[in-house]
Amino acid sequence: MQARRFTPLLAFGLLTGLLYKGLSIDPTALPAARLGQPFPPFTQRELISGAELTEQALLPGPALVNVWATWCYSCRVEHPFLLQLAERGVPIFGLNYKDDSSKALDWLAQLGDPYRLNIFDADGLVGLDLGVYGAPETYVIDEKGQIVHRHVGVLDARVFARDFQRWFPTGLTTNRLSLGGEER
Amino acid sequence: MIPELGHIALIIAFCLAIALTFLPMWGAARRNVSAMNVAPTLAVSVTLFVAIAFSLLTTSFLRDDFSVAVVAANSNSLLPPIFKFSAVWGNHEGSLLLWVLILSGWMSAVAFFSRGLPLIMVARVLSVMGFVAVGFLAFSLLTSNPFERLLPSTPLDGNDLNPLLQDPGLIIHPPLLYMGYVGLSVPFAFAIAALLGGRLDASWARWSRPWTNVAWGFLSLGIMLGSWWAYYELGWGGWWFWDPVENASFMPWLMGTALVHSLAVTEKRGVFRSWTVLLAIFAFSLSLLGTFLVRSGVLTSVHAFAADPERGLFILIFLALVVGGSLLLYAMRAPSVASRVFYTAISRESLLMVNNLAFTVATIVVLLGTLFPLVMDAFSLGKYSVGPPYFNAVFVPLMALVMPFMTVGPLSRWREDTVGRWLHELMVPGLAVVLLAALLGIFGDRDFNVWIALAVLLSGWVSLGVLRDFWRRVASGDGRMRWHRVSPSFLGMTAAHLGFAVVVLGAVVVTQLNEERDLRMAVGDVEELGGYRFELLEIGQSQGPNYAADFAVFEVTDAGQRIALLAPEKRRYFASGQVMTEAAIDASFWRDVYIALGEPIGDDAWAVRLQYKPMVRWLWLGGLMIGLGSLITVFDRRYRTQSARSESSAVGAVGFAG
Repeated sequence: MQARRFTPLLAFGLLTGLLYKGLSIDPTALPAARLGQPFPPFTQRELISGAELTEQALLPGPALVNVWATWCYSCRVEHPFLLQLAERGVPIFGLNYKDDSSKALDWLAQLGDPYRLNIFDADGLVGLDLGVYGAPETYVIDEKGQIVHRHVGVLDARVFARDFQRWFPTGLTTNRLSLGGEER
Repeated sequence: MIPELGHIALIIAFCLAIALTFLPMWGAARRNVSAMNVAPTLAVSVTLFVAIAFSLLTTSFLRDDFSVAVVAANSNSLLPPIFKFSAVWGNHEGSLLLWVLILSGWMSAVAFFSRGLPLIMVARVLSVMGFVAVGFLAFSLLTSNPFERLLPSTPLDGNDLNPLLQDPGLIIHPPLLYMGYVGLSVPFAFAIAALLGGRLDASWARWSRPWTNVAWGFLSLGIMLGSWWAYYELGWGGWWFWDPVENASFMPWLMGTALVHSLAVTEKRGVFRSWTVLLAIFAFSLSLLGTFLVRSGVLTSVHAFAADPERGLFILIFLALVVGGSLLLYAMRAPSVASRVFYTAISRESLLMVNNLAFTVATIVVLLGTLFPLVMDAFSLGKYSVGPPYFNAVFVPLMALVMPFMTVGPLSRWREDTVGRWLHELMVPGLAVVLLAALLGIFGDRDFNVWIALAVLLSGWVSLGVLRDFWRRVASGDGRMRWHRVSPSFLGMTAAHLGFAVVVLGAVVVTQLNEERDLRMAVGDVEELGGYRFELLEIGQSQGPNYAADFAVFEVTDAGQRIALLAPEKRRYFASGQVMTEAAIDASFWRDVYIALGEPIGDDAWAVRLQYKPMVRWLWLGGLMIGLGSLITVFDRRYRTQSARSESSAVGAVGFAG
């Protein structure tokens, strides 16, 4: 019997340990570094008007801050649902993350604009302060402008009903909304 | 009553599978012939009772019995009957039952076709497969009972099948994929049986080969269908996403590719024995790992079934038992004496080793990419997702590396060959393909594209080499064709290698020359893409059996000639309220025109995505060639007469198939 014959077994042992650990982790849950803290201060341009924006513009909440970009395929999937939310009066602010402004303007013109305002974060500084991992991400800020919830990935009716509804009780029910985010 | 009968059938199958696991294995250890003799009967009985359970579940679906939880969650009275049927496996519980059904089907096939094999081998193989069946039957009965009832509060109607799954592609994709996935349990069982018996010889490899080829062929077809389905159903026009669940089926395929080739060397030359056994264990282990990843909720994916840690833990324990046990057995029993068969660096053995290394590395690369987010998460290093850039950056060069060898391998000789002979054989195809690539570059009507040139070079090299080899075998000096020299194995290999070249060429061309535009279009608007003219003629609404749809009609013209009328839809399904994009595609050999509707803009306009996808069909055509090529190899006469020849050593024999 040679010791190296046990190599596959050992490697598999490590893998099993990893998978076991993985079972106790929810891959979609993310700790927000800033949960319970105020939205990080910033001064950036508004995407469409070009006016100067600060964190004061997001007040008063509760409101959604949606991180999006034209390079982000999932954002395209998410977009119809955001339009529906906006239609039903949920205030949504966009954080246009590491994007090209002309592409972003085209996007909004073609697909519709669900956002009250859009923070144009070309170099990703606001995203960095916020602890953004990637697009899309959606944050909830409360009346005082504190971050109270964070969702990573596509926001759809199911997620909204489960995690977001309590801040926006304006008559949203799952079956009246399309599960646009289900399309992969 | 029907669901309860199904439940009982499943329990009986479970008990029979336990008997199958222990009785023949015990018989093999004690050389008790009657205990070994029951193995085939038990295997067929397990199949019978699983089939009964499966058909009773199907009955519940077809009869709209919403007192059954799975039916209520995944069907609806308005659902067309064919989708009520496929809804049986459009959910975790039912697809698990399909898994077990296919496993037991493979078991019965082994019992049927292996009557000429030594009894002790058959007994052990069926016992090992019986153990796998026990695990999955227990999984089904304990954590995912498909027959669970919602009594007394039976819903009036069901939640409907996920609209994404209401599609003909999804009727056959899972069964084909499972045929491949689960079929890898056969070479696995043969490997374990050989390890137990201490006989890892050429005959073991010959018995495993046809089963491996069939399983791998089905897996190829299943993956191809999945890619095709994603292409037309998801509405994005993408055909491969490196999604964790896609990877879960791709890893066994990659490992299976190495196994198919390694088995050839072991059968013909008796070398690589330990390595081949290990590959057989790995290939099936990756199938089990895939099942774990898909059903445990460890990784996020659109494909993944509802996350349930309890189920995850169950499969993990089973995975640890099966794979851990096999690897322990391997560590203790693998042949410790290196085989004394001689071969040089310039030989077919060495070339097949290149294949083995490349595909093993490719598997590891995909495995790392798939598990990386989990590793980082487990050590609290942050959340990551590994995207196509990583996979493309490592996977594409690996495949490009393999291709030059694909031409040399089949025509090289076992044991010892010379570079001079290779050069002599391949001079003509080599020059031809370089010339071809250069001519395309010079006279092609597009700008020179280095990636396409490379793809033409590599795919052309493989195709011409393979065809040249084929010709050399068939043609004789006097001009008559010697078709009898084309064995099914040789034909299958030729088809599969050609198919690989076709896939590569299609993948590169569609990636490089794909054109797409997102537009806002109203009735009467005209746009151009890929040399075609698109006019939006009409917007309207229609009604399907269980959905309402907005549709648009486009006329596609090329130089004034109408090519097609395309009508993409946006469907809203009644039961779930989900909205689905139905793309409209005009498909042809050289290009697809693909139109998908986005969202309505205002009252009379829609966001529209137009795509022009050159040679995208080649992907699936090539996949079909690979899969069918692999399947036809089983008709080779060598495998039919395997029982009579099973004792003779094939070492040194010169075979046709690579």
